[in-house]
Amino acid sequence: MNPHGKVLPISRPGPGVAGKTGTWRVMRPVYDPSKCVKCRLCWLYCPENVIDVNEGGERFISIDYDYCKGCGICSSVCPTGAIKMVPEGGA
Amino acid sequence: MVVKPLTGNYAAAYAAKLARVKVVAAYPITPQTTIVEKLAQFIDNGEMDAEMIRVESEHSALAAAYGAASGGVRAFTATSSHGLLYMHEMVWWVAGARVPLVMVIVTRTIGPPWNIWSDHSDLMDQRDSGWIIMMAEHNQEVLDETIKMFKITEDPRVFLPGMVGLDAFILSHTTEPVDLPGQELVDSFLPPRRQPYIMKAGDPILMGNVPRDLHDNMRMREDIHKSLEEAKKVIQEVDEEWYKLTGRRYGGLIECYRCEDADHFIIGMGAWVGDMREAADRLREKGIRVGVIKVRYVRPFPREELLKWLTNAKSVIVFDRGVSAGSAGQLFLDVAAHLMAAGVRVPVKNVLAGVTGLDVTYEDIADAVLKSVAEVEETGRFSTFIEWYYGR
Repeated sequence: MNPHGKVLPISRPGPGVAGKTGTWRVMRPVYDPSKCVKCRLCWLYCPENVIDVNEGGERFISIDYDYCKGCGICSSVCPTGAIKMVPEGGA
Repeated sequence: MVVKPLTGNYAAAYAAKLARVKVVAAYPITPQTTIVEKLAQFIDNGEMDAEMIRVESEHSALAAAYGAASGGVRAFTATSSHGLLYMHEMVWWVAGARVPLVMVIVTRTIGPPWNIWSDHSDLMDQRDSGWIIMMAEHNQEVLDETIKMFKITEDPRVFLPGMVGLDAFILSHTTEPVDLPGQELVDSFLPPRRQPYIMKAGDPILMGNVPRDLHDNMRMREDIHKSLEEAKKVIQEVDEEWYKLTGRRYGGLIECYRCEDADHFIIGMGAWVGDMREAADRLREKGIRVGVIKVRYVRPFPREELLKWLTNAKSVIVFDRGVSAGSAGQLFLDVAAHLMAAGVRVPVKNVLAGVTGLDVTYEDIADAVLKSVAEVEETGRFSTFIEWYYGR
């Protein structure tokens, strides 16, 4: 970007500049809405910004699996066990 | 305006206060400490509306000041010697990010052995980083140039950080009368802060991400270089604007003393230029026409100004208070390279004196210059280009 005619080392963040990082995933977070207490901790802690909150929706959160790397932080911070990590490609 | 007796360090602190700095992040190091002590006092007694961030190291001091500046406010820090070397990674980072910021450097030699006296090794070690770098001769210049540096660095033609250097103890802890401008004057001189981008919540920007194309990366380096070239004009303009308000101007990138009819030129920077003026007067009493060129701004380098004065010189003697070990003094290297590149064939010599803080008097300077001039007058050249001068 070069506002003011200067060549600057800045850019705007956009989705997926490194490709579909969801293919890196070994463990997959699986959401169970029946256990969810809508605390938003998973949304807050997700380092990849792939968890969206759906206010008033049947499923309170949704996970963008195209970019989720499967780090498991959401599952780890969930106070009720509503997000479980399961192996990819497993039974 | 009011004339106040101030140390060089207090002059720097008053300048930061008058520039309405909003964030100071600092870590103490001798002989810089009293700058931030004074600022802490200003903030504590309500004279200055700013945040003082106490940090655990100089690397963090510059990182915190840079963070504040990225967020859109005037930020300031000061350091010296090993502190500046510890900051070195952040020094490059701030210039690369193109964030205007002002830092005062109390120049002090680098150990080992442990030594707190003044030479220019620490400041000159930063010269390739992309910062504007200047060196003051006296405490009035410390105050004037620190205020001006905010305007220079925040000019859209520049958008780079800047350092103001002053010699340890010779200026930092020596009291001189300083004409202290009023707040209204400084407010009329300094416009609201300008910078190329502001980091703020709700408007995400990535700074320093891996470049998509290395051509872009190289263009960023070239742009820093070109912006420093542009800064030459800005420094000149700001010098004139300050003159209109205060009656004080220094001539932009360099200041000349008795250059008009000079045959032989002494070049130096910092406090000992005062001694060089005295030495030139003494040598002129002996019939040797000596002129002094004070390099005020070492980055951007005053190539054009020096060529103007030196093209017809009989000899040039560059005094350095630091050395690029294995080559020569840093100021000498720049002077010699630009003379050569412009096709100017003048005998040039490097006198290394005051390195590690050895005391240098005007008699020492006159002595070194007298011997050098005698050789040039006799043989038309210098037999050796470098001299380690330990005193008479």
